[in-house]
Amino acid sequence: MKIYLDNASTTQIDPLVLKEMFRFFDKDYANASSPHAMGETAREAIEEARKIIAESINAKNEEIVFTTGGTESNNFAIKGVAFINKDKGNHIITTKIEHKSVLNTCKWLEKQGFEITYLDVDEKGFVNKKDLEKAITDKTILVSIIHGQNEIGVIQDLKVLGDICKQHNVYFHIDACQSYTKTEIDSKNADLISLNAHKIHGPKGVGALFIKKGTEIDILMHGGGHERGMRSGTDNVPGIVGFGKAVEIAGVGEMKELNSRLAEGLKKINKVKINSHGLPHIVSATFLGIEGEAIVSSLDLEDIYVATGSACASHNLEPNQTLLAIGLAHQEVNSTVRFSLSRFNTKEEIDKVLEILPKIVEKLREISPFK
Amino acid sequence: MPYSKKVIDAFKNPHNYGKLKDYDGLGKVGNPVCGDVLYLYIKINKNEKGKEIIEDISFETFGCVAALASSSIITDLAKGKTISEALKLSREDVTQELGGLPEIKIHCSVLAIDALHKAVDDYRSKKDGE
Repeated sequence: MKIYLDNASTTQIDPLVLKEMFRFFDKDYANASSPHAMGETAREAIEEARKIIAESINAKNEEIVFTTGGTESNNFAIKGVAFINKDKGNHIITTKIEHKSVLNTCKWLEKQGFEITYLDVDEKGFVNKKDLEKAITDKTILVSIIHGQNEIGVIQDLKVLGDICKQHNVYFHIDACQSYTKTEIDSKNADLISLNAHKIHGPKGVGALFIKKGTEIDILMHGGGHERGMRSGTDNVPGIVGFGKAVEIAGVGEMKELNSRLAEGLKKINKVKINSHGLPHIVSATFLGIEGEAIVSSLDLEDIYVATGSACASHNLEPNQTLLAIGLAHQEVNSTVRFSLSRFNTKEEIDKVLEILPKIVEKLREISPFK
Repeated sequence: MPYSKKVIDAFKNPHNYGKLKDYDGLGKVGNPVCGDVLYLYIKINKNEKGKEIIEDISFETFGCVAALASSSIITDLAKGKTISEALKLSREDVTQELGGLPEIKIHCSVLAIDALHKAVDDYRSKKDGE
């Protein structure tokens, strides 16, 4: 039995979503820009999906622009606002717990002459509203903050942070890829919202950016004028249809209960610290004295799939920055494992993990110099 | 996993782990880049020719799959060798015995060699002090 607990990385596609997508590959495959009847069918399907997604965040249909996913949406929001508003100011505020697609976009903008403030967070991962207020200057054009955090689950208060941005007349972008459909998102509270499909049992390669009416944003993809000129490129009709269906049938199911069951079970293992709260599908646990990649690999050998923030498992041997930002010591970061659930996980799977894991921890602690 | 079968085998069934009782030398090394830590314990005796040999050896490691596998392999490679033979072991000997390591994990094999050298240094400095 394979147990997949890496749903914050990506999820399995829901069979109902896949079913909905098929006919747009082999039957209604026309280009949605074509004026003929087959094109019209594709166009209607896209608009239906757009409506579902717009309604899910209390937005207007025309405020939703389809993209290739969260990374593109984040690039689009940040670079798009930065480029067109650079005469107003060159200052952008973000946090130390962002996804790489926000952090590295900001780092790149620094090379283009923009100034970036990376806000600290408290030990639970919350952005302090006073810190945000203090950081805003007359040069600030954009605030970009992750809504539901992908490593530790913390959910920021959009209303409070959004109000501050409104008061100071600064655009507010949120990366909601991890929180979408798992907690409420109201587009009233932000100017730009990044969304994606593959974290919610939809297909990979499709996402959306909510752009509030009136937001000044530059275009990154120039071409045939798709998406009302906002994002050129032949519409990914099956992907968009799948995205719409995924949102339509999204739900948390028993996720929250299973997540608590897992966290409570992990706490019973000696010297384990839980770092997560907020999102209903993420458990971050630090297994003191043993290394994350060794834990993940041991679970892998038992057909249990999870993730780690350990430096050893990263491409560049850098420890996870979010875990450092909430105050974990380097060695604790390297001892941290992330379990992330979906509505397809079962109680039996969680119990199986809780049965196997203590044995792995015990063995690795026997080998470790830190007991 | 991006590892050879030999690495995975050594990781699954490591040899010679745990603190050695009455050890003669201890090499403690840490990797500042990734945070791995390796303790290597050695017990020295003389063979019939009167040469100092590593009679027993064990390790304790905080680290990834490659670090744990390298630790196990260095104990296998060094056990029973004379000190001078053991000091000739290279990181290539470790990686070769492991059927190769991913590029980014080569430092794990270096750590194992460093630990062995430090353990011998520790033994010699203690002996000199006697």
